[in-house]
Amino acid sequence: MSAPASGAPVLSIRGAALRRGERELWAGLDLDVRPGELVAVLGPSGSGKTTLLRAILGLEDLSQGTIEVLGEPVHGRGNRRVGYLPQARPLPRDTSLRGRDLVTLGVDGHRFGLPIPRRGDRARVDALIEAVGAQGFADRPVGELSGGEQQRLRAGQALADDPPLLLCDEPLTSLDLANQQAVIGLIDRHRRERGAAVLLVTHDINPLLGKVDRILYIANGRFTLGTPQEVLRSDVLTALYGAHVFVLRAGDRLVVVGAPDAEASHHHHEGEAHL
Amino acid sequence: MNWSDIADAMFGGLPYYGDILALVSNSLWAGAVLGLVGGLVGVFVMQRDMAFAVHGISELSFAGAAAALLIGVDVVTGSIVGSILAAAIIGLLGAKARDRNSIIGVLMPFGLGLGILFLSLYDGRSASSFSLLTGQIVSVQTGQLGWLVAIGAVVLLGLLLIWRPLRFDSLDPQSAAARGVPTTAVSLGFMLLLGLIVAVAVHIIGALLVMALLVTPAAAAMRVASGPLSVPLLSALFGFVSAVGGILLAIMGTLPVSPYITTISFVIYLVCRGIGARRGRVTRVPA
Repeated sequence: MSAPASGAPVLSIRGAALRRGERELWAGLDLDVRPGELVAVLGPSGSGKTTLLRAILGLEDLSQGTIEVLGEPVHGRGNRRVGYLPQARPLPRDTSLRGRDLVTLGVDGHRFGLPIPRRGDRARVDALIEAVGAQGFADRPVGELSGGEQQRLRAGQALADDPPLLLCDEPLTSLDLANQQAVIGLIDRHRRERGAAVLLVTHDINPLLGKVDRILYIANGRFTLGTPQEVLRSDVLTALYGAHVFVLRAGDRLVVVGAPDAEASHHHHEGEAHL
Repeated sequence: MNWSDIADAMFGGLPYYGDILALVSNSLWAGAVLGLVGGLVGVFVMQRDMAFAVHGISELSFAGAAAALLIGVDVVTGSIVGSILAAAIIGLLGAKARDRNSIIGVLMPFGLGLGILFLSLYDGRSASSFSLLTGQIVSVQTGQLGWLVAIGAVVLLGLLLIWRPLRFDSLDPQSAAARGVPTTAVSLGFMLLLGLIVAVAVHIIGALLVMALLVTPAAAAMRVASGPLSVPLLSALFGFVSAVGGILLAIMGTLPVSPYITTISFVIYLVCRGIGARRGRVTRVPA
């Protein structure tokens, strides 16, 4: 866990609400994320976690409320001062890109005009590849790389503009333990060295325990916000879900048992989330 | 038909090859431009999984050209109108691959049917109408060839201008949008360019065979290369060799150009597949 976060909030959400048709996913959400802070967003699938990230990027509208990023209200679609690390979907084998090209897209992928490299682009890409420890496989075709290697390169892409705010959407899903740790290490290092704020959507908090400062837990049209000790408790989650939910400790892992899923068919474990 | 007839159809023009070559030099230019630009566009067609869309657009392009023939306006204009209409419909309604495929599946037979209707109502030379389906570049008039070359050049320029955002959007639309790429505009822009180059291809190899220059070269290139520069360059080269080689071989005899082009591009694909498979075996051998 990092030192107590200080400074003006990098991300400031006020009175946010999200409705899908008749259903209210959440309302009255206030959240400030300060430099160097790591906030995890937890909750069953379909609870609007990804939509929250997309709203911060200006790609989707909230039903209500305001979002300020770096002191400015969200305007326009997409924001290069915000890093975005998506889920590790494996790229097709015949993708005609090398590892380094994935990182390069973070540097020049938004530029229109004749594709002529600018001075300094190459050095920037090399520095990013080094920062995510991808020197060993940066020149191989991305389709041949493992999920973990691809995800490191995506992290390099997300860090292209040294963003003061990093949004991660299930960045650890489908990675093995070693690669989960590697990707968390990259995220953690960026927030320490850059003092960046991180908002990270995940369904498994275990790999992040010890790193995460606060948890935003969304479920059942409500949410709760606090430190892991405050949120990951049987009584708190029982009140949130309105059903008996148990947080069990198994060795150094936490398991939430009995959490009803918003969309039951979506979940890998019936009524049981590896939290 | 016996062997000597076939040989005559294939090589009968050889004694006059120089004269024929001079006559078709404009067609050769158009073929060269289509081969190069089609190869480049094809790389994105493959990356965006749009081979079926190419086919759908080409059928509507055919309908447009047939309609133009019937009402007596310029055929190239007709094919462009049909193409762009199809590209716009597919681009606007089919953002998701699944929606897109069903829209194309619905549009394609309708377009082809309309085209056949217009052709049966048309009482002009039937050869020129049939060539819209199977292609006969040497029957395209010189003035129109100039147009085809110009359209190819416009597509090339447009493609280069949106190259990087288009590549980002083709690979990972969510990340591209997060980085401020106007993904909807980029996608529609690409559909427009695709529509234009398909319209050109309809006149050169015919609506039914457009994929031989817009899909096959890129598919072949992706078998043997993986660089962001090597794949487009190889694909453009394969398209160029298929189109120009096909025309050069066809004018030795009296057979149409299209089968030559499709065969060359298919053989290139087979060779690349072989090379790719062999390489895959080698790299998979444990060290």
